[in-house]
Amino acid sequence: MKKEQIKFYSGNIAAAEGAIAAGCRFFAGYPITPSSEIAEHMARRLPQVGGVFIQMEDELASMAAILGASWGGAKAMTATSGPGFSLMQENIGLGAMTETPCVVINVQRAGPSTGMPTLVGQADVMQARWGSHGDYEIIALSPSSPQECFDLTIKAFNLAEEYRVPVVVLMDESVAHMFEKVVIPPENKIKIVNRKKPDVPPEKYLPFKPEGYVPPMACAGEGYNVHVTGLTHDEKGYPQATDPEVQERLVRRLCDKIRKNERKMRDIDEYEMDDADVALVSFGISGRSSKAAVKEARRRGYKVGLIRLRTIWPFPDEYFEKIAGDIKKFIVVEINYGQIKLEVERNVGKEKVILLPKFGGEIHKPHEIYEKIKEVYNGD
Amino acid sequence: MRVEIKFGGFGGQGIILMGNITARAAAIYDGKNAVFTPSYGPEARGGAASSNVVISEEEIDYPYVTQPDVLVVMSQGAYEKFAPLLKDDGLLIIDEDLVKLHNGEGKVAKIPATRIAEGLGKRIVANIVMLGFFTGVTKLVSYEAIKKAVLESVPAKFRELNEDALERGYKQGIKWQGE
Repeated sequence: MKKEQIKFYSGNIAAAEGAIAAGCRFFAGYPITPSSEIAEHMARRLPQVGGVFIQMEDELASMAAILGASWGGAKAMTATSGPGFSLMQENIGLGAMTETPCVVINVQRAGPSTGMPTLVGQADVMQARWGSHGDYEIIALSPSSPQECFDLTIKAFNLAEEYRVPVVVLMDESVAHMFEKVVIPPENKIKIVNRKKPDVPPEKYLPFKPEGYVPPMACAGEGYNVHVTGLTHDEKGYPQATDPEVQERLVRRLCDKIRKNERKMRDIDEYEMDDADVALVSFGISGRSSKAAVKEARRRGYKVGLIRLRTIWPFPDEYFEKIAGDIKKFIVVEINYGQIKLEVERNVGKEKVILLPKFGGEIHKPHEIYEKIKEVYNGD
Repeated sequence: MRVEIKFGGFGGQGIILMGNITARAAAIYDGKNAVFTPSYGPEARGGAASSNVVISEEEIDYPYVTQPDVLVVMSQGAYEKFAPLLKDDGLLIIDEDLVKLHNGEGKVAKIPATRIAEGLGKRIVANIVMLGFFTGVTKLVSYEAIKKAVLESVPAKFRELNEDALERGYKQGIKWQGE
């Protein structure tokens, strides 16, 4: 589209449209509440833009299919919720090891196991980071509104292409099912990143030799030798499954390409933080309740601010280290029993961090958060 | 100011669509902020269906309806279930043929929406009659905005019918305001 458009979308539909705007032309998935509208919308929209939609037999196959599609040159995505996200973990690790750009949307519902299929949760934060085995790093983004579902899904594709890694969009049921105004910028105003292609002739191409941290990626059918394996591999892409030096070189790079670029991926929405001495830390739907609570507390003279994380992984360690000295207490507001809380504690010290959890099935009411702010203030 | 609206009825009456159209009218055509949340979960499959809208000139942080300022109900079940949530000075809007009130209600606006729709030849537009009435009574969205939102939500061959339905309800709403 050449002109800006204003739509009224749910978070799920906004995410699907974001994917298409980012250039996603392959979706493989297995429907699951509360993410099903993404698959439904992609099934309708992808054929209109020359893309392919496949409903797979399960989530293991869905994840495998998008890795394959990515190696075939497509921008590819799947979408699921907790139980399906668990089934995808093995192949997410394969994606990390083979440096395959792709996007996985996890619309979080309350768990563990099948939990509360229709109701909200935010307890897959650590699963997104550590769900597959072995040392690896991943990127995860968390939107708070349908607009951010659109924007951050585009960003997820861009980061996946730039860093050659699976990127998780950690949505939640509330954001997925709420409808709001979404502004779709004109096509030429949307920033699109495409994977770097080799600029050497095929006989000189080493598929896993990085430029900086990331190797240029030739896909199947482009005339280059393509060899993809989950085994530890050298720069040629061939297995070197008994050489600790090759293992170190590879795994160090897989982790460092994300760790060393954390600042570039950092995306924090700060609200009323300038003179704050107590800070709420939140993300996704909880970030909205938190913002309402900050407004209420500010009206009553409490110097409270909000740190809303749009990029969750890599975690902004450096940011928290820097502000730790200025903030007396951090209140972490999340719909789980303490996950982001652990990351904040790691950076600012246990004694400064208070958890305000929900266990799933409902979101925080602003007044509950406000009461906690008051309690923290009056406790000093 | 933040206004919370709840629509309730039974499955098949187009209750979810009412919320969607209202919020879309406010957000896109009236330039306000609006959030629409359909209700998911067991209640959507059983008797009472509901949908929720928050409208505000300011940014809407908390997206859900907890205490509606306006409750629009088109079934006895929805009335029984949701009336206790209504704010003390809230407005109750009912289809008078489908809802029998208990005593001691506060502000109530009534319309025989389903009967009017039947008079237009299609019972299915009762929700649109009701939306027109809601618009006339509350003025929470402009008539122009709700009309645009309704017309883009219905198939072309039913536009005229829906426009009629909306107008019939709206005129009664304006009349109610005058009373």
